[in-house]
Amino acid sequence: MKEENDIVLRCSSIVKYFTTPVKFKALNNISFTIQRGEFLSLIGKSGSGKSTLLYVLSTMDTDYEGTLEINNTLLTGKTLNQLSDFRNEHIGFVFQFHFLLPEFSCLKNVMLPALKLGKKSEKEVEHDAYEKLRLLGVADQALKTANTLSGGQQQRVAIARALINNPTIIMGDEPTGNLDKTNSDIVFGIFRELTADYGQTIIAVTHDQDFAQRTDRIIELSDGELLTSNR
Amino acid sequence: MTQYTLASQIAFVHLMSRKKQTFIAALGVTFGISVFIAMIGMMNGINDLLEDLTLSATPHIHMYRDIQRREPSVMQRLLGNTPLIEVHHERPKNEQKKLRNALTMLDYIRKDPDVYGASPLLTAQVFYQYGQHEIGGTIAGVDILEEHKLFGIGDKLIGGNLYDVLTTDNGIIIGSGLAETMQVNVGDKINVTTVTGTRVLLRIVGIVQMGIGAIDNSRSYSTLHTAQRLLQKDKSFITDINIKLRDLYKAKDKSQLYSNLFGYKAEDWETANASILVSFTLRNTITYSVSVALLIVAGFGIYNILNMTIYEKMRDIAILKATGFSGGDVKAIFMIQALSLGLGGATAGLLFGLLMSYGISKIPFEAKGVINLTSLPMSFSPLYYAIGLVFGLLTTAAAGYLPSRKAGKIDPVEIIRGK
Repeated sequence: MKEENDIVLRCSSIVKYFTTPVKFKALNNISFTIQRGEFLSLIGKSGSGKSTLLYVLSTMDTDYEGTLEINNTLLTGKTLNQLSDFRNEHIGFVFQFHFLLPEFSCLKNVMLPALKLGKKSEKEVEHDAYEKLRLLGVADQALKTANTLSGGQQQRVAIARALINNPTIIMGDEPTGNLDKTNSDIVFGIFRELTADYGQTIIAVTHDQDFAQRTDRIIELSDGELLTSNR
Repeated sequence: MTQYTLASQIAFVHLMSRKKQTFIAALGVTFGISVFIAMIGMMNGINDLLEDLTLSATPHIHMYRDIQRREPSVMQRLLGNTPLIEVHHERPKNEQKKLRNALTMLDYIRKDPDVYGASPLLTAQVFYQYGQHEIGGTIAGVDILEEHKLFGIGDKLIGGNLYDVLTTDNGIIIGSGLAETMQVNVGDKINVTTVTGTRVLLRIVGIVQMGIGAIDNSRSYSTLHTAQRLLQKDKSFITDINIKLRDLYKAKDKSQLYSNLFGYKAEDWETANASILVSFTLRNTITYSVSVALLIVAGFGIYNILNMTIYEKMRDIAILKATGFSGGDVKAIFMIQALSLGLGGATAGLLFGLLMSYGISKIPFEAKGVINLTSLPMSFSPLYYAIGLVFGLLTTAAAGYLPSRKAGKIDPVEIIRGK
C-alpha cells in the first residue's frame, strides 16, 4: 500500500509569530515532508508550538511565513474560500472534543462535509456515511443525536466525519486527549488500521508518549524549533 | 444552488431547535406588519373615500372667467410701469362673467381624444324662500345629460327622476340637505329669488345627495335654460366649463393648454384640492413612520436573537468552517434564518392585518353631515400587502446582515484552540 516517494505534504521554512500579548516567535523555520500513508505524531511540551504548527498545516491559520504544499498543491497565498474548498475535500479533522453539531443526528453530522462537497447525491452520501460509521463500529448509533453517545462513541463518529470525503490527510489535535485508556486504545487502533489497511495519512498532535511511540514517525517540537524528525 | 439548500437545511434545524425564540422573533415582525396593514388600510380607506367624493364632485379642469385677473390701470398704460403711480382698490370693469364663444369652445374641447366629457355650467346665486326665511344657495344650470355622464348625478338621486328635469318647465333637482331643511319633497314647488331680485317659482323633480354636506345644503341643479331665464340672460350665457379627462393626471398640462388657448382661467383638480392632497400625504407619512418604527423594533429583536444564537453556536460555526464550509456558507446559514423569520412573520402579519382590517371595516361609524358613512372606510388594496411583505423582508435582512457577517468571519482556530 505504501509508496515511499509519494509526498502528500511539504512545508518549507514555516515561521509564525504571535503578536499578542507581545511579539513572540511561535514557529521557527520548520521544514519537513510527509509520505502518503504515514502515521505521524507531533509531540512537544505545552507551548512548544505543536498545535500551532498543526493549524498552519491544516490551512485554517493563514498568518505565517514560508510555504505549504499538500497533494502537490501550493496552498500558501490562496484565498479563504479556496482553502475552505480544499479542506473540505482533502483534510479531515479530529479534535480533542468531538465537536459534533448537537441538533443533528450522528449520521447527518457525518454526511454534512460530503453534502458540502456536493459530488455525490444525498442517497450516495448517506450510504457512504453508514459505511464509515460501520467501519468505526458505531453504525447502530447513526440516528441518535451526538450528546446521547458516550465519549468514545462520539469520538468515533467524529472520525467517521473526518473520513467521509476520503481525505488526503487526517489531522488530529489531541484526538485521544479526552478519552480514557480503553477508548484511547480503540481510537489508536482505528488510526493504525486506517493507515495500514487504507493507506490513510494521519498527523496527530499528542502529549501521550505511549500513543506517540506506537506511530510510524515522531516529530518533536521545542520552543518552536524542530527537534527530531525521527527518520 | 445546492450549497444554499444545504445552508437552508442547517438554518431550518437551528430555527427548529429553539422554537420559542423563533416564535417570538417572528411575532415581532408579525405585529409590525399587521399594524402596518391595518393602519395603511384605514388611512387609504379614508383617502379613497375623500378622493372619490371630491373627484366625483369636482371636475378635472374647471374653466371660468377670473375676475381677479389684474389689468394695468389707465395711468400705467399711459406712462409705463413706474413706482410713481400707485392705484389702490382698483375695481374691475363691469364685465360679464360669461365665457365668450362657450359653445364653440365646448365643441373644440369635446373633440380632444384625451377628454372624457365637457359640461357647460351656469351658476346662479339665489335665495331659497322658506316661509319668512331665506336660505342662501346656488342653482347650477347644467346640461343634465352631460352632467350625469361626468359626475354620475343620476346615481345620486334619492328621489325623483333625472330626466324629468328636461321635460318639466322650471324643474329643479334640489340638494338633500336643502330638501330636509325646507321639508319639501318631489313634486313640491319652491320660491327662489335671485341676487338681482327676480322671483321665480320652481318645481322640485328630484332630490340629490352628493355626500358632501356643504354641497347638499346649498346646491340645486336645473337645465341651462332655466338658469339662464332665472338670470335673465341669453341662450349663450355660460359662466363655467367643467371638463373630465380620461387620465386625471394629465389635468395639469391640459389646463395650461386650454388656459393659453382660450384666454380663460383653467384650474386643474390638484390645484383646486391642494389641501386635500396634502392631507393624503400627511396620513401616508404618519402610517409609514409608525410602521417603520414598529418594524425597527422587530428588527432589533431579530438582531438580538441572531447575535445570541451565533454566540451559542460559536463551536458549531468553527467546526463547519474546519470541515470546509466557507465564510459565505456560514453567512448564508444565518441570513436564511433571518429571512425565514421575516418571511414567516410577515406572512402571518399580512393575514392578521387582513383580519384586523376586516374587523375595523365592520365597526359601525355613523357620520352624517360632512360625509355620509355607516362604517369605517377600509382599503384592501393588494399593493399595500405587497409593500408589507417587502418591508418585512427588508427589515429582517437588514437586522440579520451584521450578525451573519460576524458569523462568517469567525476564526475557527481561535474557537477550537480556545477550548
